[in-house]
Amino acid sequence: MKPAPFDYRRPGTLAEAVASLAGEPNAKVLAGGQSLVPLLSMRLAAPSLLVDINGISGLDRIEVCEQQGVDGVRVGALARHAAVLASPDVRRVQPLVPMALAHVAHATIRNRGTTVGSLVHADAAAEMPVVLTLLGGHLEVEGPAGRRTIHADDLYIGPLESALSHDEIAVAAFFPALAPGAGVGFEEIARRHGDYALVGAAALVDGDSVKVGYLSVSDVPTVVDLSGVADADLGEAALEKLEPMSDIHATAAYRSQLVRVLTERVVRSVRKAA
Amino acid sequence: MTSKLMGQGVQRVEDQRFLRGQGRYVDDVAVEQDVLHAAVLRSPHAHARVLDIDVSDVLDVEGVHLVYTYEDLTGPMAEPLPLLIPHPALTEGRTQYALAKDEVNYVGEAIAFVVAEDRYIAEDAVSKIRVQYEFLPAVVGVDAARAATDLVHADVPGNIAAKLEQNVGDAVAAIAAAPHKLELELTIERSACTPMEGRGTVARWDRDLNRLQLWTSTQSSTGVRAAVAVKMGLDLGQVDVITPDVGGGFGVKINHPWPEELLVPLAARVLGRTVKFTEDRREHFISSAHERGQVQHIEVGFDDDGRLLGLNVEFWHDHGAYIPYGLIVPIITSTQLLGPYKPQNYRVYFESLYTNTVMVTPYRGAGRPQGCYAMERTMDAIAKYLGKDRAEVRAVNFIQPDEFPFDQGLIFQDGRELEYDSGDYPASLEKIKALVGWDEFPAFKAEMAAEGRRVGIGLACYVEGTGVGPYEGAHVHIETTGKVKVATGLTTQGQGHATVFAQLVADELGVKFEDVEVVTGDTRRMPYAVGTFASRAAVMSGSAIHLAAKRAKEKALKIAGEALEADPADLEIVDGVVSVKGSPGSSIDLGTVSVLSNPLRYAFDEASKAATQFSVGDPGKPPVPEDEEPGLEGRDFYSPERATFASGMHAVIVETDPDTAEITILKYAVVHDCGNLINPMIVEGQIHGGVAQGIGGALYERMAYDESGQLLNASFMDFLMPYVTEVPDGIDIDHLETPSPLNPLGIKGAGEAGVIPSAAVFAAAIEDAEAPYVPGLVITAMPISPSELYALRHSQGLENS
Repeated sequence: MKPAPFDYRRPGTLAEAVASLAGEPNAKVLAGGQSLVPLLSMRLAAPSLLVDINGISGLDRIEVCEQQGVDGVRVGALARHAAVLASPDVRRVQPLVPMALAHVAHATIRNRGTTVGSLVHADAAAEMPVVLTLLGGHLEVEGPAGRRTIHADDLYIGPLESALSHDEIAVAAFFPALAPGAGVGFEEIARRHGDYALVGAAALVDGDSVKVGYLSVSDVPTVVDLSGVADADLGEAALEKLEPMSDIHATAAYRSQLVRVLTERVVRSVRKAA
Repeated sequence: MTSKLMGQGVQRVEDQRFLRGQGRYVDDVAVEQDVLHAAVLRSPHAHARVLDIDVSDVLDVEGVHLVYTYEDLTGPMAEPLPLLIPHPALTEGRTQYALAKDEVNYVGEAIAFVVAEDRYIAEDAVSKIRVQYEFLPAVVGVDAARAATDLVHADVPGNIAAKLEQNVGDAVAAIAAAPHKLELELTIERSACTPMEGRGTVARWDRDLNRLQLWTSTQSSTGVRAAVAVKMGLDLGQVDVITPDVGGGFGVKINHPWPEELLVPLAARVLGRTVKFTEDRREHFISSAHERGQVQHIEVGFDDDGRLLGLNVEFWHDHGAYIPYGLIVPIITSTQLLGPYKPQNYRVYFESLYTNTVMVTPYRGAGRPQGCYAMERTMDAIAKYLGKDRAEVRAVNFIQPDEFPFDQGLIFQDGRELEYDSGDYPASLEKIKALVGWDEFPAFKAEMAAEGRRVGIGLACYVEGTGVGPYEGAHVHIETTGKVKVATGLTTQGQGHATVFAQLVADELGVKFEDVEVVTGDTRRMPYAVGTFASRAAVMSGSAIHLAAKRAKEKALKIAGEALEADPADLEIVDGVVSVKGSPGSSIDLGTVSVLSNPLRYAFDEASKAATQFSVGDPGKPPVPEDEEPGLEGRDFYSPERATFASGMHAVIVETDPDTAEITILKYAVVHDCGNLINPMIVEGQIHGGVAQGIGGALYERMAYDESGQLLNASFMDFLMPYVTEVPDGIDIDHLETPSPLNPLGIKGAGEAGVIPSAAVFAAAIEDAEAPYVPGLVITAMPISPSELYALRHSQGLENS
């Protein structure tokens, strides 16, 4: 359980970090390391270079702001899950973020792991990619050509695969604010406390619009529009758009049942809170 | 008079170190030194012929000191690893080689061994070894092994290592004649010990002393010592094995020698350097040992009261690719299955089968959880069939308190008769019913049902043979400072031996608890020992220590009697001071007695002057009397005729979610009888740990092998060992103390009990919770996950609706 050899750089500025990545197609960015380091240790990943961004100041900022005409909260690339979870601003502006973060692994992992890192790791079993997708947020990305924005809908391409190119660094994530009168909810079922969910569901209800995002159901975070569906039919309607998978922890049939239960449960929780 | 410590919940002396991170484990040994590190190339295939191993690329890697394959092994090292426990029925015993010879039989089998400057380089080197394989079909699981379409070992027909049958009376005839009969088909899957600390070995060859020092994370220092000496062609006296703190064993570390326990010292001797191997987690999953996998077929005949008339059990035991630990696990299943019951007529037959998976050696409970599962599921089935209370059906089958000693008529795992020494099962049943609220449960269940909640209760009983032989020994040395040094040879992996053994010594010698220091598992201090397994440490070493302390005390009183001019019978020892009973002025402390016990020519301090030749002794007699030895020491051994039998009963109340099939534990109750308690806090800690492990085995853990023999969940991410969050906040415990007549302390073992009834008790409770809603739902396979319970609701529910 020792990584294969790799080079390591710890630049002090974003520009240097981007420059470090240039010409290194097998380089990886190290932020919290909670997914990357185990992958290295198990030799499931063997990057040529690790670019550690922990020395870059200012990337840990969490701020309420407006982007592209939308109010929301911007979470910097070095903001730890724990800091985001504890932020009163985040809780006030977009309560779905802390609701979901409470389910992200365990306290020790949240103390080190970063929310943006989780977003770019692009694990369909993780909570935060679904949250960003459901809310229609985006990622700010810095590369050789400067900064660009990747909308959540364009971010997730396949299992553990995002739209970032190898020479880009995710700088921040933007979660749009909860609209007045809208409500959010998050439910998941995991085998053990802190495990990846067997199925998780995040809901955004705004007037007649009902959207539910699912984790651990498909290869990528998947949002289903359930607007106009009768409450009793929510689960079945969601399943028409989903194809739950089997693995060693749950059959597809059981995941389907959890989709039914959690869809109904999460929408009810939003309505109840409203 | 100091109050007796036996029976007191004395705080563990170990915890100060453990909780402050000051434990010293094998990986902490020799960290300051220039140590070389080992890594192992392990087979990625479950079954293959090894055609060629090319290590040429490794030799160029900077920092690599040594690469071994089978070709490099000679003499005894090139022979298969020992078959530790031979048995007449084990006709086809096969063990692996330290490094694979020609063939690999499970994913994880050691093929090559690299020693390098550090573990990083060693792993880099391992990845550069190229092996050519010819693939062979993998045999995975009991069904495939029984079908024997493919063979694990070409020369073992039917994949059968052993068949063993035992009979008491004529079970087949008794069942045929019985008024009622039932048949059950049960399976139970694999799990594993998964201690926090994996395996690890450090070796140093001392050229000046011409001897080997070996630190290893084992449950048997003396076993490793003997095996290493034989394999390396050394005399026992040239090999020291030291077991430092061990971060859990739970059985897996009783198997020995592991390939690395031989290859590390071999490399250390060849290189003249200290060499260390520290296993990583994935290695532990795929190259140590698992347990539990069995398929069972049960036929039972009984009367209208549910009284057993005949029991016929056949089971198939998956022991993996090799069988170094012999038939211990299936023999325990086949004998301990009977629990507290009288079967009248009993036949048991098992086959121990090879599969292309990690080998099976004892894991806490060691075959008993499977036996308990078979018996207790049978009791539940009888009760259901007769429409009787499950506790009542058990009660009519109990061995009664006046029937001890009770001979079950079978041969146990130690080759001796299965004769229960003591117990009181009706009393245990009353206690567990009261503790869990058995009689009040139907009302609670109805109340919950009214709220749409499903709850169920389960009960399971067991008897556990503990403290098996052959023996343990102890050495008690009272130093001239008055401090007492105790050594026993078996090892410690967190049980609290240093505490309970010190309690026994403090009581027997009359010294302060704080003045007693216990050393375990160091062959330099006690070279005669067996090991820590089968819930035997307290019974075996506890008794030996008690006896050794008694000898030291006798000697102390004799010497003190001479010094005080008193009859030893009139002396007592309190807090380390010997005095004449009733005349406290006439006294001598034990340190001074120790000084006097060793006649000196040379004084080395003020106190020792008292033992020099012009100060002490009768000039007409030899300074050391005949039949005596210098020094204030006692040494003794304890070797009982047979095991002592602890027992207990568990009950659990669970809730199953009607929608998600999630299983929640509402209450877990344990009644436990391990004879006289030395330290109730430690016994309860053992029960808590056992129950937690049992919950893992019943509801979370399994070894997910695919049909090609790949273990799909070889990490703590996918092997679902329960966290503290999955274990109930409180476990209700009540003790019963029926002393064992077999040892001087009246004690029985307590280490494994907590885990034994888990599969049985959870299957029963979940079935009970579901019964009103899914009539006919029967749980015949454990462990069970929510996904599986959901599937059962649909398959069996539809079938039975």
